[in-house]
Amino acid sequence: MSEILKETSLEDKFITHFNELESRINGESKSAFHDIRKEALESFKTLGLPDKRNEEYKYTPVQRVLKKNFDFGVVGEQATLSADEIRDNYIPGLKTNTLVFINGVFSEKHSEIISKDIIIKDFNLALKENKEDIETYLAKYADYKEDAFVALNTALAENGSFIKLENNKVIEEPIALYFINDAKSKEVHSQPRNLFIAGKSSQASFIEVFKTTGEQASFTNVVTEVVVNENAHIDYFKIQNNENTSYHVGTTHVWQDRSSYFAGYTFTLSGALVRNNLNIIIDGEGCESHMFGLYLLNGSTHVDNHTAVDHRKPNSFSNELYKGILEDQSHGVFNGKVYVRQIAQKTNAFQSNKNILLSNEAIINTKPQLEIWADDVKCSHGCTTGQLDEEALFYLQSRGVGKERARVLLLYAYAAEILENIKLDPLKDYLEGLVSERLHKNF
Amino acid sequence: MSKDNEILEQFTSKEYEHGWNIDLEADQAPKGLSEEIIHFISAKKEEPQWLLDWRLKAYRAWTKMEEPDWANVKFPKINYQDIIYYSAPKQKVKPKSLDEIDPELLDTFKKLGISLEEQKRLTGVAVDAVLDSVSVATTFKDKLGELGIIFCSFSEAVKEHPELVKKYLGSVVPQGDNYFSALNSAVFTDGSFCYIPKGVRCPMELSTYFRINAANTGQFERTLIVAEEGSYVSYLEGCTAPQRDENQLHAAVVEIYVQKDAEVKYSTVQNWYPGDKNGKGGIYNFVTKRGICAGDNAKLSWTQVETGSSVTWKYPSCILKGDNSTGEFYSVAVTNNMQQADTGTKMIHIGKNTKSRIVSKGVSAGKSQNSYRGQVKVMKRAEGARNFSQCDSLLMGDQCGAHTFPYIDVENKSAQVEHEATTSKIGEDQIFYCTQRGIDEESAIALIVNGYCKEVLNQLPMEFAVEAQKLLALTLEGSVG
Repeated sequence: MSEILKETSLEDKFITHFNELESRINGESKSAFHDIRKEALESFKTLGLPDKRNEEYKYTPVQRVLKKNFDFGVVGEQATLSADEIRDNYIPGLKTNTLVFINGVFSEKHSEIISKDIIIKDFNLALKENKEDIETYLAKYADYKEDAFVALNTALAENGSFIKLENNKVIEEPIALYFINDAKSKEVHSQPRNLFIAGKSSQASFIEVFKTTGEQASFTNVVTEVVVNENAHIDYFKIQNNENTSYHVGTTHVWQDRSSYFAGYTFTLSGALVRNNLNIIIDGEGCESHMFGLYLLNGSTHVDNHTAVDHRKPNSFSNELYKGILEDQSHGVFNGKVYVRQIAQKTNAFQSNKNILLSNEAIINTKPQLEIWADDVKCSHGCTTGQLDEEALFYLQSRGVGKERARVLLLYAYAAEILENIKLDPLKDYLEGLVSERLHKNF
Repeated sequence: MSKDNEILEQFTSKEYEHGWNIDLEADQAPKGLSEEIIHFISAKKEEPQWLLDWRLKAYRAWTKMEEPDWANVKFPKINYQDIIYYSAPKQKVKPKSLDEIDPELLDTFKKLGISLEEQKRLTGVAVDAVLDSVSVATTFKDKLGELGIIFCSFSEAVKEHPELVKKYLGSVVPQGDNYFSALNSAVFTDGSFCYIPKGVRCPMELSTYFRINAANTGQFERTLIVAEEGSYVSYLEGCTAPQRDENQLHAAVVEIYVQKDAEVKYSTVQNWYPGDKNGKGGIYNFVTKRGICAGDNAKLSWTQVETGSSVTWKYPSCILKGDNSTGEFYSVAVTNNMQQADTGTKMIHIGKNTKSRIVSKGVSAGKSQNSYRGQVKVMKRAEGARNFSQCDSLLMGDQCGAHTFPYIDVENKSAQVEHEATTSKIGEDQIFYCTQRGIDEESAIALIVNGYCKEVLNQLPMEFAVEAQKLLALTLEGSVG
């Protein structure tokens, strides 16, 4: 790489990507959404990539890491993955509607829709065909004026998915989205954008799986918006079981209308640097929201989970439980925010973060945060950091279980508190297998 | 509902008890802050050159700093050039005993309920009274002197024990530590100095009483406590100010140095003027308090009852450097009307087997905002560190807010850190239980809140616990949740 290019800032490179996109889509550069893209780009320029001085990214200076590992010189990448290589990533035994994205681009060839009466589309196509929904919902909740990565994703949004469930539609087969990065020959980066709309009283499960194949570095900046209309019931899973060369920044924005149910599950099993934002806006009465998270870190993995629940209407319930096990030089960050607006009386909000540190090199920074403006509420948060219970370990040993096995057993039991909430059996089995395998191998 | 409102109204219109002021002739510096003013203060106090240099260094650091804006409080920008940095009650000669002190001054303290004379005769509390910027009287000096305890005003300490002051000043809170401590380091005018020699257990409570009297002044006092090996001291601090329409700045620094096996207990009842119910006037209370447990087995305990000030920005901290050292923080913060408080603590675990405990109870009423902000940091070498934090918030009325910002940073696997927080209002069932037992609603609330704060109030020395309880009852009178 020439010296001149090296001196170009990352921001400038992304701006180049935007210009390239703009020239490519010249037919639609007048569309309403493109104006949002432009606005998002402007706000990205003002915000800049976050560094240590940004409170939200205090422990996760993404900019430094990206600068060190990425060039971002090229825009699109040709993938050379075979069908088998892709199929290897599928969750076994689970019948799903399958959507495959290679380097962020929807691959129709590998995707398969089995449920009927459901709108599943390439994001690009939806921009043209579902103008009404796009205008109503897209970029309404994911705030591109606050977060640089959301701004970047919005400015470059063209690939990803659009999924819509009509009112009263119940989909039995989960919708699985596999985001596969092919980093065999070159570094790769992708910025997928998803919009899920669940109509009134509809029900479905979404599973997002992120995977990189190959030795080179990969960077994903994904934004998913989930609209949960009245009385709808949505389960949302995010599974990250990645190479230690993959960098991930993901933001999921959820908007809930009255009496709706949303449960978000985030599993981070490996990766180089992972930042997950999960933001839920409770904008109707009688809603129920759950957030579960599990992170098992070893090596030098850095995982940062930021969650925010914004109670804007009364009589809702939110519950959060994030658990982590940290080994080697891994670094875990947790920040959970609960906002209860003045109008949101009778809110119940619970939050808990638990961590086990297994090594003196591992670091955990946690910040459970409550901001409450309503008085008739019940809110609590708790957070613990410690190690395995010596007495439990001793008990198992006294019963003839070897120390190593006892340790894994206890760690597994600790993780199981999250896993047991999963209602999809094949998915639960799959994750249990993954966790158990990891615990045996790396901890 | 109407009764609730009525009672709330009654409560919010409660006047500040210490709002009077006395016309004392004062010796003042002109408004504004510059190197000349620092020279002026230093010369007024007949300070040695090293201290002047120390101040100037702090001032230069301050000019390069920016006022922090991360706290969860909002207030109009302070014009630092509009403050009088030195104001002293005019007194011709230095008093040798209480009889020589200006009677009007003594009256001032009598009004506060701390009659210096009576204190001397009746109770076993040694008091250092600080009015505006200057220490006016210290009681029980001779008796403490017999034990080798030094308890005097800061300026006296500079003159009589320069080696001690030089050694410890800035050792815990360096000049450039933060914006307000730098400001304080540059312009501090007086304060208390306390030195407990090796193995001495201080037989009485030491106490400082701060009072802002003159208008337009800022109060910048500095407290330095040094506890030598194996010693013990319990230290109390109280504060009030007159009722004025403008905001006054109070930026103090408290430094505590605890050596091996020593124990220091520091209690504060803060009752600065909180402003009226529309948020006009009141004290900005921007205080840096920090102590270091430098030796093994040292113990430092902070207890605070915060009821006053329009804006509070205060984080009493413990640096647990010595092995097996202990840090404690007990706090009750009550905010009402337009008050804003952002307070909490920092526990930095450096030594092995260090322990810390945080109990913070917030009560917000009216339109106030009450935040807990705390950090627990366990460094890599702090083998076996243990922390327990609990911060509860009680909300009264639907216009106020309670916020919690705990930072927990752990770098050692053997550390055990727990944090829990709850936010709620007083349970209707609890009130109902009391009323059906014949206790009226107001008493029931007082009872419940008192029970809620008990854990903290129990930590206060007797003399203060009574005052704190009175203050609480006063503040919470009639506030039905």
